[in-house]
Parts: sequence; C-alpha cells; structure tokens
Amino acid sequence: MSDTTAPPRRGFTLPPMTVIGPVLALVLLIVLGASLNSNFLSAANVTNVLARSAFIGIIAVGMTFVITAGGLDLSVGSMAAFVAGLMILVMNAALPTLGIGLPLVLLGMGVALLAGLCAGLLNGLLITKLGIEAFIVTLGSMGIYRSLVTWLADGGTLSLNFELRRFIRPIYFDGLFGVTWPIIVFALVVIIGEIVMSRTSFGRHAAAVGSNEHVSHYSGISVARVRLVTYVMLGLLVGIATILYVPRLGSASSSTGVLWELEAIAAVIIGGTVLKGGFGRVWGTVIGVLILSLIDNILNLTSLVSPYLNGAIQGVIIVLAVILQRGRKASS
Amino acid sequence: MADPILSLRGIRRSFGPVEVLHGIDLDLAPGKVHALLGENGAGKSTAMKILAGYQPASAGRILLDGAETQFHSPHDGESAGIIMIHQEFALAEQLTVEQNIFLGRELRKGLLLDKARMRQLSREYLARVNSQVDPDTLVSRLSNSEKQMVEIAKALSRNARVLIMDEPTAVLTSREVEILFAQVDALRAAGTAILFTSHKLDEVARLADRVTIMRDGAVVHSGPADQITEDGMATAMVGREMSDLYPAKPGIPPGAPVVLKVRDLSVARYAQGIGFDLHQGEILGLAGLVGAGRTEAMEGLCGIRPKTGGIVEIKGTPVTIRKPADALAHRLCYLTEDRKLRGLLLDMPMRPNLTLQALADFAGLLIDRKAEDKALDQAIQDFDIRGSRTVRVGNLSGGNQQKLLLAKIMLSEPQILVVDEPTRGIDIGTKQQIYAFLRRLAAEGHAIIVISSEMQELIGLADRILVMRAGRQMGILSGAALSEDSIVRLALGVSDAKSAAETAPEVPA
Ligand SMILES: Nc1ncnc2c1ncn2[C@@H]1O[C@H](COP(=O)(O)OP(=O)(O)OP(=O)(O)O)[C@@H](O)[C@H]1O
Ligand SMILES: [Mg+2]
Repeated sequence: MSDTTAPPRRGFTLPPMTVIGPVLALVLLIVLGASLNSNFLSAANVTNVLARSAFIGIIAVGMTFVITAGGLDLSVGSMAAFVAGLMILVMNAALPTLGIGLPLVLLGMGVALLAGLCAGLLNGLLITKLGIEAFIVTLGSMGIYRSLVTWLADGGTLSLNFELRRFIRPIYFDGLFGVTWPIIVFALVVIIGEIVMSRTSFGRHAAAVGSNEHVSHYSGISVARVRLVTYVMLGLLVGIATILYVPRLGSASSSTGVLWELEAIAAVIIGGTVLKGGFGRVWGTVIGVLILSLIDNILNLTSLVSPYLNGAIQGVIIVLAVILQRGRKASS
Repeated sequence: MADPILSLRGIRRSFGPVEVLHGIDLDLAPGKVHALLGENGAGKSTAMKILAGYQPASAGRILLDGAETQFHSPHDGESAGIIMIHQEFALAEQLTVEQNIFLGRELRKGLLLDKARMRQLSREYLARVNSQVDPDTLVSRLSNSEKQMVEIAKALSRNARVLIMDEPTAVLTSREVEILFAQVDALRAAGTAILFTSHKLDEVARLADRVTIMRDGAVVHSGPADQITEDGMATAMVGREMSDLYPAKPGIPPGAPVVLKVRDLSVARYAQGIGFDLHQGEILGLAGLVGAGRTEAMEGLCGIRPKTGGIVEIKGTPVTIRKPADALAHRLCYLTEDRKLRGLLLDMPMRPNLTLQALADFAGLLIDRKAEDKALDQAIQDFDIRGSRTVRVGNLSGGNQQKLLLAKIMLSEPQILVVDEPTRGIDIGTKQQIYAFLRRLAAEGHAIIVISSEMQELIGLADRILVMRAGRQMGILSGAALSEDSIVRLALGVSDAKSAAETAPEVPA
C-alpha cells in the first residue's frame, strides 16, 4: 500500500467547502451590494465599512486565539467600554498638567493598553489558575466591567474634553496614503495574527491545547501558560481597539461596546474556527467580520429588507457556518 | 461446514482516491470462531466495520443467511444480530457504566426509565465477565482494561448471532483474557458466529477454528486454524520469512555508568518507595499486574503527574523534575500507553503530531515547515508508517498511530526513554522492528525503561525486570531469574520468590 504514503504534493483539487464557503459568501455579498447600489463600491463606502469593521475585527483576531485554544471570552464588549471610560477619565484628569499634546495622547494609549492587559490577565488567571470555566469567569467579568463603566459615568456618558477631542480625532479619521489608521492597524493585526497562528510555535501550541490538553501536557507544553497568553493577547487587542474607537465619538457610556463579544465570536465561527477549539484561522475571522459588516451596510444602503432584520440575517449566517463545520467533521 | 450466517463477497472500500480493501471474501459460520489477521493497516478494522454496518462498502455484496443485504447504519447491523466491539473504545466517557450498557435501548417503565432493573441487569452482565466494576461509576474513571471488560459485557448482553471483536485482548491482563476466552467458548457452543482480530498469534492458535489472513487490503490465506502454524501465520501476514522475534541481549557491560538513579520515588495513592539504578545501554523492564502503579510511578518520574517524594539523579547530578518540560530538558522522555487520549492529536494530520513535542527544534521565530516535512519523510521511512499524511491521524490504523507516536517521542532525542506498552496493537513484523530498534538505541548508549503487560515481551527484551505490586517494588530480577514464573510470584506477592530476587535496590552509599 505504498501508494497511500504519497508525498505531500497533490494534484489540484478544489479546496473543501469550509474554505470556499466563507469566501464565496463574501464575494456574493459584494456582488449583491454592487448591483443594488452604485455607491457601494465607492471609496467612501469601502473606507467606512472597513473602518467600522476594524474595532470588532481587531478584537475578533484575539478571540480567534482564545477559541482555538479551547477557551471563550464573553467580557470583551464591556471590557472595551470600561477601558474607554478609564482612558477618557485619565486623559481629562491629566489635561491640566500635561496640556493638549502628544504626551497626553500617549498617556491615554498607555492606560488603554495597560487596562486591557490587566483585564485579560485577570480573566486568564481565574480560568487557568483557579480552574473555573471560561464561560462562567467571563460572564462574571462582563457584568463587572459593564457596571464599573456605568458607575464611572455615573449612569450617563463620559466625554473627552472638547478641545482634546478635536485634537485626537485624526486617529480615527486620518491615515497614510488615504487609508485611515483603524484600517492600517486592523491590517497589521491581521497579518501578524495570521503569521502567529499558522507559522509559530505559539499558534501550533494553541491549537494543540484546544484539540486535546492531555496530549499537550504529555508533550511538554504548559497548557495553562498557553491559555493565559491567549487571554492576555485578547485583552491587549481590546486595548488597541479602544484606542482607535475613542477618537471617533470621544465618549463612552454604559451602552458602548454592547454585543461586541457576540459579534466577535460570530465572526470567528463564520470564519471556520472550531468553537470547541483545536483549529483556528485568522484570515477566516477577517472574512467573518467583513461578512457581518457588509450585511449591515447593504441593509442600510438599500431598501430591500428592513435594517431591523440585520440580526436575523446574521443569525442565519452563523447557523449556516456551523452546519458547514459539521460537514468538515463528517467528511474527514 | 454449516451455512454461513454472514458473508462478504468482493468487498471494496475506498477513502477518497485510495482503495484500502481490494475485493474481500469472508464467511462467518455459526458456532465457529474466525480469526482475521494482518499487518497494521491491512484493512482488518475496515472489513469488520463494513460487516457490522459502521461503514458502507464501496463495492461488493454482503450476504446475511445467504441473501444479499445492505446495512445503512450500525443499527441495521444490530437488528440483524451483529454486534461489534471496536478496537478503540466506543464508550461514552461521561456516562456511567450502566448508562453505557443500555445506551440506545434503555429499559422503561411507562414513561420513566426503569433504573432499578437496568442496574440489576448491568450487575449480572458484569458478573458474567467477573468484573468488579460498579455500574454507577463514570466510564472516564475506569482503567483501559476495565473499559474493555465493560465493552465485552455490553456486547454479551445483546445476545448476538454474530459477535465481532477488533483486538479485544490488546488492553487486557492475562487473567481477563482467560475470562474472555471462557465466554467465547460458551458463545461458540451456543452457536454464535465469532470474528476477532489479534496481533498475539498464540491466542489465535488457541481460540480460532478458522483463520483468514489479509495483506495490503486483500485476502492472502483462508483456511482451518489447525492447518497453519504460528510461524506460517506470521510469514503470510508479513509476506517474508520471520527470523527471531527478540534481538540478542549483549548484556550490560560491567562498569557501565548509571545514567538514572531513583530512590524512594513516591506518587500519592499509586506508588511508594520505588528505587533502582538504570545503566547506560540497559533495558529495564517494569512488570506487574494492571493497577500495580507502574504507569503512575513513571509519570511521576517524568513530571507528568506530581510525585510526593523521592530523589532522582541523572548522570550523577540530582535533578528536580516538576513538569514534563523539565524532564525533556534532561532528555528524559515518556511514551504514553494511551495513544488516543494522551499521545496524539487525533483531529490533526501527521505533521503537527510528529513535531509537537520537539517543536522548538523546528522553530526560530517561525516554524520551518520544510524541515518538518523532511522529518516526517524520515519518520515514515524509519518507522514504516502507512497511511495518508493528509488525513487526520484518528483515521490511521491503530498500529500506525502507535508507530507515529514512537516517531514523535524519538524526535526529541531522549537519552533516557520510558516506553509504556510500546507494542500494543502492533503487528508481529513491526513488533520485531520495534524490539530491534529499542535494542539498537540501548547499544548506542541510551537507557530504556519498558513497561509491558506481556511477560514474554519483557523477558525477551529486558536485561533486568523490576516487579511492582500494589504500588510497591517487590524486587528486581535479572539473569537466570528472568522467568514468567518468578515474575508472577512477585507480582502476586507470593513470598518465597523474594529470595530469588534482589529485593531491595542497591542501597546508596
Ligand atoms: N476514515 C478513514 N479515512 C482515510 N483512511 C482510512 C480511514 N479509515 C481507515 N483508513 C485507512 O485504511 C487502511 C486500513 O485501516 P484499518 O484500520 O482497517 O487497518 P487494520 O488492519 O485494522 O490495522 P491495525 O492492525 O493497525 O488496527 C489504513 O491505511 C488506514 O489509514
Ligand atoms: Mg485495526
């Protein structure tokens, strides 16, 4: 049976449905959008869609790692709101001493990154050191961050100082060569994420841990450390997403980031990452994010279906994606 | 011969572009025990799954009582009275023993489950195989051999017309094998048709009425069992003349340095006071009944589970091993007995499995996939792994999974190697290769500890044998004392054997 031990080079075969599925769906959406509205492919609209995708997208890349390693994080939406609130408070408070300028902006960024990192670390430590289910831990921290931001805002809205807001607006609206910063950062995060996932030991270890933690332990991998790092990474990415988000509106309230966690998880699953862990792909997540944003965008641009049905359509797509995944299991 | 109950005619089976069965014929007659033999990956499990309806054939006919039939699911097979025990466990780990035994045909009283009756029947079924397992235990808590006995009890409870067993004895102790064989004899007398596979040819010679031998997906021999010798079976399976199964033992040269010194090793609940010296070039066997704590003691040594006491020295330096990575850093490596749950990532293909433990050697900042591919080529060649490299390793035949696991462990270049049941589920030709391989490693200066439940294997391979019983070290046998008799005496704790062995390890100076 030496013929079964064929070398890895195979003739051209169509990639499996799990690979083409999401790509096909994205292409269909683009074609649909373009045929329904002539503005759809305009630079302004494309930039708008991509920039709005960036927040969820950056978070979803981190979520891809968490889910691939067999975890879950429900707290990212409220974490983003909390980080945003904290960033605004600190920047407003430091305004008199530092004055409007680069140092103040850097301070705000530092606070956001640090807060995200700590929040992720906390989730990760509770899950790995105390051995509590990720679902429970992050359900808890989701409530905690949400209530903290409401408390910080005293039930209302936390707003950046008006002058300061003017000063940092370019972080969201400007960019390089006509590409805005959120899109540039999103692209960088995706490229680095994809490389880490598919080409580094850490990515391989994350998939191994999600696939079977016993096997990973026996193979000398520190299961707890790999998981912990995925949560810390996700926390940091939430911090980055917040840095890009705050300049857009210059405020945070108890409704900031609501349902982001679900959108991020949905994007990851639509992209073909396996919900129970063991297999993940960052590029798939990007496609998932784009699919979700495009549906929203098309419904808003056209009068075909009421935009209020957005949630229903997204729900159908998520279920379809999971059915595709099952096909993958059965056929292999 | 009576008319067969179940027959295969010209059965073919392909996975994707690869055909693994090329036209199989097989007849199972009532009251006869039929052995199906063949190398790893020859297609035995696949043929059995087709017989029982777990997989469809790509071509060919299945005859039930002479009439052509089709099984669309295991349920169809079961309705026709065909019961199969799988090579890898098919029990639901998170359910109790009783829930597993009645899975899919729960007894009811009105709308509710009749728990009392199911429990009582479970006890009866388990009693038939002398199993002491409590029906309320979760399956995940059972040892491998207990699980297998539950599988057998479950199969026996279904009053099969045809009973198919895929390597039923691979994880059983010799006592449990006897119990199983007694049940098989009873079923044969009652007219059940039985098909089984095993890589232990002495079992085949003892039990089978008929033998069918497969090689590379085709039947190469079929005939009465009393017309073929064990050597004949081995030759037909492997397709070449077999020489001695075990390599010659050169003996440990006097003055060989001690590479691993263990004193008073304890692992809570499982083992206490284990102590031995392992020399360069030595193969030390670890014998004992299942449950004697051999695996747990060695997992404690290698940092896989916490040890509660003991001193470990490697090449004269005391070392602290708290986690598997520590052991690997000292090039001390453990090969698990449980390839499915602890050894391989079943959902992934060969490449990531092979390099998982030694990934640091393949990665700077990024993983060097070309180097990985090269290592895989080498491993496939060195260990004669057969099967597609793109398919998930869960779909490889059991023996080829074991070879891949061995290749994976060897990739981290261990100095001291602990192998736990290294030949479980491996065909005789490959067994010979693995024994030769271990001996060659030893000759190159490695030191090896082999845990095995097959006494013949330990005696044939090991220079010395440490026997454990109920977590304690009963003695170390060497030289002429290496006999099945003295191992059994120590393993059972029959006292007068102690004088035959050096009971205590060399006391440290
Ligand atoms: N689901 C599957 N997908 C792809 N290939 C498969 C699948 N199942 C089995 N094979 C291949 O079919 C061949 C025969 O496998 P099978 O499990 O029947 O061997 P076997 O004779 O039972 O070997 P062993 O003694 O190791 O258990 C192997 O090459 C195996 O890799
Ligand atoms: Mg098999």
